[in-house]
Amino acid sequence: MNHSEERALAWREELRKAMKAKERTDIPRVHMPELNAEYRSHSRLEEVNLGLSAEQAMNEAKRCLDCANPTCMLGCPVGIDIPRFVKNIERGDFQEAAKTLKETSALPAVCGRVCPQEKQCEGQCIHLKMKKEAVAVGHLERFAADYERESGNISVPQVAEANNIKIAAVGSGPAGLAFAGDMAKLGYEVVVFEALHEIGGVLKYGIPEFRLPNEIVDVEIQNLQSMGVHFVTNCVVGKTITIKDLEDDGFKGIFVASGAGLPRFMDIKGENLVGVMSSNEYLTRVNLMDAANPDSDTPVFKGKKVAIIGGGNTAMDSVRTARRLGAERAMIVYRRSEEEMPARLEEVKHAKEEGIDFLTLHNPIEYIGNEQGRVTHMLLQVMQLGEPDASGRRSPVEIPGKTELIEVDEVVVSVGVSPNPLIPQSVEGLEVTKWGTVVVNNDTMQSAVPIIFAGGDIVRGGATVILAMGDGRRAAKSMDEWIKSNA
Amino acid sequence: MNKIVSKEYFSANVIKFEVEAPLIAKSRKAGHFVMVKVGLKGERIPLTIADADLQKGTITLVVQKMGVSSSKLCALEAGEYITDMVGPLGKATHIENFGTVVCACGGVGTAPMLPIVAALKKAGNRVITVIAARTKDLIILEEQMRLHSDEVMVMTDDGSYGTKGLVTNGVESVINREKVDLCVTIGPAIMMKFVSQLTKKYEVPTLASLNTIMVDGTGMCGACRVSVGGKTKFVCVDGPEFDAHKVDFDEMLMRLGGYKDIEREENEQYQSTLNK
Repeated sequence: MNHSEERALAWREELRKAMKAKERTDIPRVHMPELNAEYRSHSRLEEVNLGLSAEQAMNEAKRCLDCANPTCMLGCPVGIDIPRFVKNIERGDFQEAAKTLKETSALPAVCGRVCPQEKQCEGQCIHLKMKKEAVAVGHLERFAADYERESGNISVPQVAEANNIKIAAVGSGPAGLAFAGDMAKLGYEVVVFEALHEIGGVLKYGIPEFRLPNEIVDVEIQNLQSMGVHFVTNCVVGKTITIKDLEDDGFKGIFVASGAGLPRFMDIKGENLVGVMSSNEYLTRVNLMDAANPDSDTPVFKGKKVAIIGGGNTAMDSVRTARRLGAERAMIVYRRSEEEMPARLEEVKHAKEEGIDFLTLHNPIEYIGNEQGRVTHMLLQVMQLGEPDASGRRSPVEIPGKTELIEVDEVVVSVGVSPNPLIPQSVEGLEVTKWGTVVVNNDTMQSAVPIIFAGGDIVRGGATVILAMGDGRRAAKSMDEWIKSNA
Repeated sequence: MNKIVSKEYFSANVIKFEVEAPLIAKSRKAGHFVMVKVGLKGERIPLTIADADLQKGTITLVVQKMGVSSSKLCALEAGEYITDMVGPLGKATHIENFGTVVCACGGVGTAPMLPIVAALKKAGNRVITVIAARTKDLIILEEQMRLHSDEVMVMTDDGSYGTKGLVTNGVESVINREKVDLCVTIGPAIMMKFVSQLTKKYEVPTLASLNTIMVDGTGMCGACRVSVGGKTKFVCVDGPEFDAHKVDFDEMLMRLGGYKDIEREENEQYQSTLNK
């Protein structure tokens, strides 16, 4: 059934009639219960958002008007049937809501936590046109997925009869996992190769536990395993084994989702001082290697005056981590104003509540160190907003001669990443842009080497979990068609 | 999980392991390294591959006990398992017939030099290997080096074996004696710095294999960055070998010392738990 057929079902009609639209829009948007800000700014692992109660969720679900043309769905990169899952929550059928999510999203508990909803589903909600707050689709998604997981009654998606065709995913981040889930459903024998010792990619090494607990990622992975997906850790495709090895071994399609790679630096003086590092390094130490845990052998600096350079989600994750590791002053240094910040609104809000300093319209131009080569100060150029640039955001312009010298003992540079160079380096005939991203057909995700499909950050250069998942799903669909047309 | 097939003590603190890793054994080339992690809460550390046996499906690693992570690895016995190992990583050494090559190595740096010496010899080079260590007991792999080198020169700081002097004295004596087309150096950063200074003076092109701090080792974290010719490079994917004359060794030494205090503390803790 498509969306309108679903919408025409009797129970949906009944629900719609149960309440007037005006009554629905008059309900105020739910507030996500969260840990106390002072308490959580010292708690490294506890999740900040506590999740909605069943009552809160059902009440929030009432706000949804169950539109005939749900614009929210247009905003979702994986096309979740949003009104159907929301209305299932409204009628109290939480399992069915979770099932609806899983039809199109491999990782609903993850997406409910990390998607930039205000730019996607919620950004297109009809309520906004009526000057009301959007339905909290993200919170509801999380509620349904958590409910199912905690009920212990997790539905494993139906898997088609095995077709005995082997296909591979390179990388076990959101793109690889979404791809693996869809291909397993279609009956393929799926092997996911992961370079690190843990499965989950950025969901494990990048996003901190206070925002996305590892346990939730692990449940999603177990779910895929019970669908028959195999995982191989500690295997770098392009190094340990080659694409050619995979072909020789009978793999009929390979989805490359090797993710982000080399961190970008700004090429300014003092950037290689001790104590200046990339957000990838900082977060990998703390998240993947658990370096702040005394039992871990991996060291991490616990700076008292920490500056994070950048205004994206990774910058927010880093600065809030620094605060939790004991920073007395944890700062965001961002060259534009808060309005242009790419981070999710909720992350900015949480960061502020946790006492993070926002030095917007500031840009580092030099780091200064002591005799041991440890960073002690940063020199910031003060900026102002000028004309809009290519990205449509007002561009930051230097205020001549206006600088500030600020004491720091740790700097985390979070200004983006370049794609991982390993696969592009090792596969002949692969078309690669000057930025190092793999060129694919935008509809099919197929590369210049037909057996290779690609998606996620290796194609986009740096995007979001949900866009990577969308790529994985599209690649699965078109690889399936391609393999069948070749058979 | 990779099984340790054999363990051999080169000295009290320098240990040779043969480890089961058939895929790595097959794909590795001279110059490649692996990332190794011991225990669930272990640290990922880079180790250059010293040798491989295709038939047995093993690779050889030579490890010096330094801090917590290398001590934990060295405490493993044959039959036990390394928790995680991934590789081969980095770019392989560029091998061709250069003419006469001096391979200058010190300490455990001698181990990763062995496959390079063998490959250079096989490519038709005249290979002169200079092995240096503080004292006789720390000289390793001399016999194997002799198998693949035209000449092996042994240097010890205290004169207990070979010629008394530093690795640079050995290299300089070769340069003064005959035309050298290339120098390759692997060892402690400070040693490579001085080899590089020396060969720069004589205008002998030199490659240094750098062993920096790494976290993932696959081009993600940037902990391993070094300045080469004024540009930031990543040892794990751009290296580990670079034109030694362009490497900013002082910056590299400074960065290598970055976690010294934390590491010393952790090591003291670890050693005290061992003594209990």
